[in-house]
Amino acid sequence: MSAEIGQLALILAFMLGLIQGAAPLLGAHRGDSVLMSLGRASALLQMAFVVLAFGALATAYVTMDFSVELVARHSHSTQPLPYRFAATWGSHEGSMLLWVLILALHGGAIAFFGRTLRETLQARVLAVQGMLSAAFLGFCLFTSNPFSRLSPIPLDGTELNPLLQDPGLVMHPPLLYLGYVGFSVAFSFAVAALIEGRVDAAWARWVRPWVLSAWISLTVGIALGSWWAYYELGWGGWWFWDPVENASLMPWLMGTALLHSALVLEKRGALISWTILLAILTFSLSMIGTFLVRSGVLTSVHAFAVDPERGAYILVFILIATGSALGLYAWRAPAMRTGALFSPLSREAGITLNNLFLLAATATVFLGTFYPVFIDVLSGDKISVGPPYYALTFAPLFVPLLALVAFGPMLNWKRDTVRAVLTRLRWPIIVTAVAAVIGVVVFGIADVGAALGIALGVWLIAAAFMLLARRWGIGRKGAETGRLIRTTPLAFWAVAVAHAGLGVTTIGVTAITAWTDSEVVTMVPGQTVEFAGRRITLDALGPATGPNYRADQARFRVEGRGQPFLMLSEKRFYPSSQTQTTEAGIRGEAMGNLYISVGESATLGAATVRLWWHPLVGWIWGGALIMALGGVLSLSDRRTRLAMPARKAAQARAAEAAA
Amino acid sequence: MRRFVLGLFCALLIAGPVAAVLPEEQLADPVLEARARAISQELRCVVCQNQSIDDSDAPLAADLRAIVRERLSAGDTDEEVMAHIVARYGNFVLLKPPLDLQTILLWSAPLLVLIPGGLGLALYLRRRSRAGAADPTPLSAEERRALAAILKTGDAP
Repeated sequence: MSAEIGQLALILAFMLGLIQGAAPLLGAHRGDSVLMSLGRASALLQMAFVVLAFGALATAYVTMDFSVELVARHSHSTQPLPYRFAATWGSHEGSMLLWVLILALHGGAIAFFGRTLRETLQARVLAVQGMLSAAFLGFCLFTSNPFSRLSPIPLDGTELNPLLQDPGLVMHPPLLYLGYVGFSVAFSFAVAALIEGRVDAAWARWVRPWVLSAWISLTVGIALGSWWAYYELGWGGWWFWDPVENASLMPWLMGTALLHSALVLEKRGALISWTILLAILTFSLSMIGTFLVRSGVLTSVHAFAVDPERGAYILVFILIATGSALGLYAWRAPAMRTGALFSPLSREAGITLNNLFLLAATATVFLGTFYPVFIDVLSGDKISVGPPYYALTFAPLFVPLLALVAFGPMLNWKRDTVRAVLTRLRWPIIVTAVAAVIGVVVFGIADVGAALGIALGVWLIAAAFMLLARRWGIGRKGAETGRLIRTTPLAFWAVAVAHAGLGVTTIGVTAITAWTDSEVVTMVPGQTVEFAGRRITLDALGPATGPNYRADQARFRVEGRGQPFLMLSEKRFYPSSQTQTTEAGIRGEAMGNLYISVGESATLGAATVRLWWHPLVGWIWGGALIMALGGVLSLSDRRTRLAMPARKAAQARAAEAAA
Repeated sequence: MRRFVLGLFCALLIAGPVAAVLPEEQLADPVLEARARAISQELRCVVCQNQSIDDSDAPLAADLRAIVRERLSAGDTDEEVMAHIVARYGNFVLLKPPLDLQTILLWSAPLLVLIPGGLGLALYLRRRSRAGAADPTPLSAEERRALAAILKTGDAP
């Protein structure tokens, strides 16, 4: 029964989406309040129906209703409950339903919280959001219906891909989608502003929290995905330049640019049309990400369901959405007010330069991802674009960008002088120079690249501390440091924390690329190898069983450098899907991870053991989490939260009444 | 200087030795083995997606690793080994696409954005600041009085 309820709810939501896409637009044009309020009502109702549909599918999964084709294909009676639930979005159809769910939640949120917005602006934003909703709901209904029934009903299902049966699946896709779909709000606001022909600081104050929350989710989602790949794929890589990873990196890079330019728009009223363009591009790249994963144009580990028809639908939709948004931009943006003035050396200018580098980095990733397809279509030749390409193009763009990051928050708005900035940054410059010299001395001239990479991370962290120290009046005579610390706004903390997080990630990336150590040995039980300053003994080798798999398990004893400890590594076999996975043993330490993975061996009773020492690898994800924390701090700043114009006016009135 | 920086970060990013290489595959000569590893990291495993033959567990990758080591042991230079593999499998196996007429756009991507973007930015900044340098309208007598009052009390009226 639940599948039919879900199906019906989805159809109703689709029709509401169509209404939402048209009525408020017409209402705003005619100044008709009734039509405009129809937009709010349909957004809220649509949200309720999509939640119902999603709940119906989740129920079918959890209760193992194998009469639903999707459940039968991705669930099995032995599959543990959390994975039966998470399998809801572990398939193509289910993950599109999750996408639609998050889109509907955002639409509902605009309808609910957006009451303080100008009525026509809210109506237009909801209309654009409605068109997006209708398109993706239509995609679900016409090409990837999650609720199809099966007859005859199978006794049991074929389980979810074992690689996906992992806590990562529970969190990674929802977070990524929160990021992708969150940018749809910025897109809708941008298109609505173009239709209205009006952008002001209030607009930016409204958009920025949405961009921030999407950016935070995407940051954590990408970090989580990278960590998942690291421990699950069994060879300790943390970033593969895989098309699907690139698909999430592109909106992240663009979203980062958008976040900063929206800040300039909010604080200074400059970069108006640029911010609008970035908002359009960021969400377009998010949709391209979906297209990439769903179409199978570029096959990768992520494409668990590929189908050219679906790809064509999404591609046509992206072309229409992005094309018409850009067309509207070309038509309306030149008539928009040009913003406030600033000198070539100012925080505004610094942020524009950061945007330029981020744009170039995005273009590099975009071309690297799609070039093989272009070449294939145009000439039929097959080429590959792998990590060496990005090392030569992406890295040289990102290094100067990282060096520039420290300058941004040290610059004054509007105008500044080189001398003043360098004076403010003198301590970070000294600390970084010392770090670089120590690095070269300790690691030797052969590792000069690594030493400089570490120094770059130190530079970012030192500059972040300097930012706080200046704000607290440390070193200034007569400054009330205690009071200044207490009164430091969260938004100020946010900048320092996020930029320091970037420094932490930089150090992690440098260390793992420069000093990873690895070894492969064939071991029999009782044998000991020396590796990374430790003695590693294969204690036991034997079979083990899990709820839905069999495993060859190897137990290792590791001695040297502190207390001895045990590590497990497994090669698992999932009989119902006939697949194998590797469960690496990972020991996380402050200075790095010891990573052991067992493989098959030619000789009986022995195992091929791969050992890795990954120095500071945890810093990569730790830094990303710190960056996300910076985002959270910024989002919790009262000025971000309460900046909505009407509430501000209400507060002012309240203050007046009190006085 | 540019070449140096480029080389530096290229080394930084590709360096990490990761190994699918089995113990029995390795060459006795450590210099040859190191060359084999470096070559393997630039070659794509054609049956798996997006993995170098150095990382891949696939049998075909093992075959390719064996060919690389065989050619190296026979005295081929790195370039000759690469050419030998490309002759058999095409450019598809190269993780770093060769620079030719087809890929010129790909390789120049960063510059294609940075140069026009940089010029545009410079022009934009010049326009912004020149407009800013123009004399702003001077304050009227009334505005000046209001400003003085604000500065005195330290608060907006």
